[in-house]
Amino acid sequence: MTSSVQAPPAPSGEATIEQPKRGFPWGVVGSYASIIIILIWCLAPFYYMTIMAFRDPNYALDTSLLPRHLTLSNFKYAFNTTNNHFGRSLVNGVIIGTCVTVVGMAVGVFAAYAMARLQFRFKYAILGAVLAASMFPGVAILTPLFQLFSNWGWLGTYQGLIVPQISGALPLAVFILTSFFTDMPWELEQAARVDGATPGQAFRLVILPLAAPALFTCAILIFLSVWNEYLLSSVLYNGNDNVAPPTVALAKFTAGPHVIPYTQTMAAGLIVVIPLVIVVLLCQRRIVSGLTAGGVKG
Amino acid sequence: MSHMQSVPGGVEQEALAEEKELVEGYRPEKGRKKIATGEGRLAFFLVTPTVLLLALIVGYPVVKAIISSFQKDRGLDTATGFFNQGGGFAGFANYKTWLLQQCPAPGGGTVKCPPGTLASEFWASVGFTLGVTIVAVALETVIGMIMALMMHKAFKGRGIVRAAILIPWAIPTAVSAKLWQVIYAPGGVADSILHHNIIWSEKWPARIAIVITDTWKTTPFMALLILAGLQGIPDELYESAKVDGASAWQRFWRITLPLVKPALAVALIFRSLDTLRMYDLPAILTGGANGTSTLSILVVKQIQSGPNSASALSTITFIFIFACAFVLVKALGASIMPRPAAKGR
Repeated sequence: MTSSVQAPPAPSGEATIEQPKRGFPWGVVGSYASIIIILIWCLAPFYYMTIMAFRDPNYALDTSLLPRHLTLSNFKYAFNTTNNHFGRSLVNGVIIGTCVTVVGMAVGVFAAYAMARLQFRFKYAILGAVLAASMFPGVAILTPLFQLFSNWGWLGTYQGLIVPQISGALPLAVFILTSFFTDMPWELEQAARVDGATPGQAFRLVILPLAAPALFTCAILIFLSVWNEYLLSSVLYNGNDNVAPPTVALAKFTAGPHVIPYTQTMAAGLIVVIPLVIVVLLCQRRIVSGLTAGGVKG
Repeated sequence: MSHMQSVPGGVEQEALAEEKELVEGYRPEKGRKKIATGEGRLAFFLVTPTVLLLALIVGYPVVKAIISSFQKDRGLDTATGFFNQGGGFAGFANYKTWLLQQCPAPGGGTVKCPPGTLASEFWASVGFTLGVTIVAVALETVIGMIMALMMHKAFKGRGIVRAAILIPWAIPTAVSAKLWQVIYAPGGVADSILHHNIIWSEKWPARIAIVITDTWKTTPFMALLILAGLQGIPDELYESAKVDGASAWQRFWRITLPLVKPALAVALIFRSLDTLRMYDLPAILTGGANGTSTLSILVVKQIQSGPNSASALSTITFIFIFACAFVLVKALGASIMPRPAAKGR
């Protein structure tokens, strides 16, 4: 601290230009090289998926890494209903995802507020219990739920696919929102109260607009996690293609016996992924902050 | 060096003290207790729905699974020769089937589970689940650390990298399993890049394929969490270390690693928990065949043929996972509890 105060601006400026003097700019080259390596790691398989989705099925095993034999027939096949119910599954995915997100958020937001803002007994015990609930592997609740739902006639219904997934969505909502709420400038609420707002008004007019981006981020993260879920859905949909989510439809994507529909599956996969990629690109900053804030689960 | 090591703790404590002051500065000392009781009641109403819902959706099924794991499955009663409806106390029989490989024998008693039964796969899948977790998480941690350091250093193109890094994370595991299935296809692109025709459905290639796919998808996520930790390290520390003559290697081991450790530990623990309960990837990529059956796959296969026995296995699975979590938390000295009062640090 003291040295930086004493030092005149000139030497400190010298210190920063010191590095590039060493001749070959290793720093810059290394920096670009590392960016390229990471980009290849992340994008190469995705790129391959994209070119395969547009490749003529007759050339499915052409291992060329360039887009060749282009066609749109794979996408047409993806929505063909003779062998698959992929189109329907997208609708199901949106229905299930929306319901789980809404319930998870609606319940979790209150708990998160209490966790972040209020002092009460058993706070950490409850937080620990929520954490423990999120740590149970899906199979731990799957077996009894399968039996219960089969007694209730819930197998292969929307409610049968929605309710179990709240077990993952709710803890996620509580964690992410707790951490967001803890970081919010609550002094403003205090200020509004001082200015004569009722607690309700302070919440509605000051806190809610501030919290909206956090709520939005949390909703996206929950929706993504539900959209990606496979274990519970693949068992509880119980063969009813009318309620199956996209992951399940994709896993059993077929072109009839003895044919492996490589290119067609990639087209369907791309349709599942493209909305996610768009969301991720649009909200990357928020998603990253949500992920690191929650620190939980991928 | 010594004064440097004292710096991180000092900075953190100072920040904590500041936070405490901020939080406590809100309300006057006097009416504290009164407010606290009111807060308690409000908190009760706010938290109850979450607790109830989780008790219903998680707690109840888990307890029910534990209870039914001690009951008999329906099936041919080998002692009487009649078909029984299931139910009835079975003691630890279901657990013994899995853990001790004691399958019911014709004519009563038990025999060692014959090959081909699900029970006989149990220990192999414990081994595989554990092995895949150790290898994949180790790879993810090391490569994730390297990636995070690269991103931290890179002054240009950080936005692009961050967007790219989210793509493997955002791709659903089911899709990524299908994608890599195409890559590993016989005569597919993996073979052509490696110039070898690998039979990826064989035991070890299949296992390696699962590790590669999982590492591809989750390393970027790991890197992201580690990067967040890196960004919390003040630059002054590195500068003063440089002035003191510390080499880049020393700076990494003495500053970066200790200070990023909390973030790293949390990421590592959650990744391990996730990998231990892995289902989608092997289920879709290999169908759990050829020694790639995880514990979760085994449970799902068992559900149809004997739910009570499946309950025993799922109970074993979650106890196993919790035990691993406990060991990891103890070993890494990490606090995985989100700490709302300390800004989630």
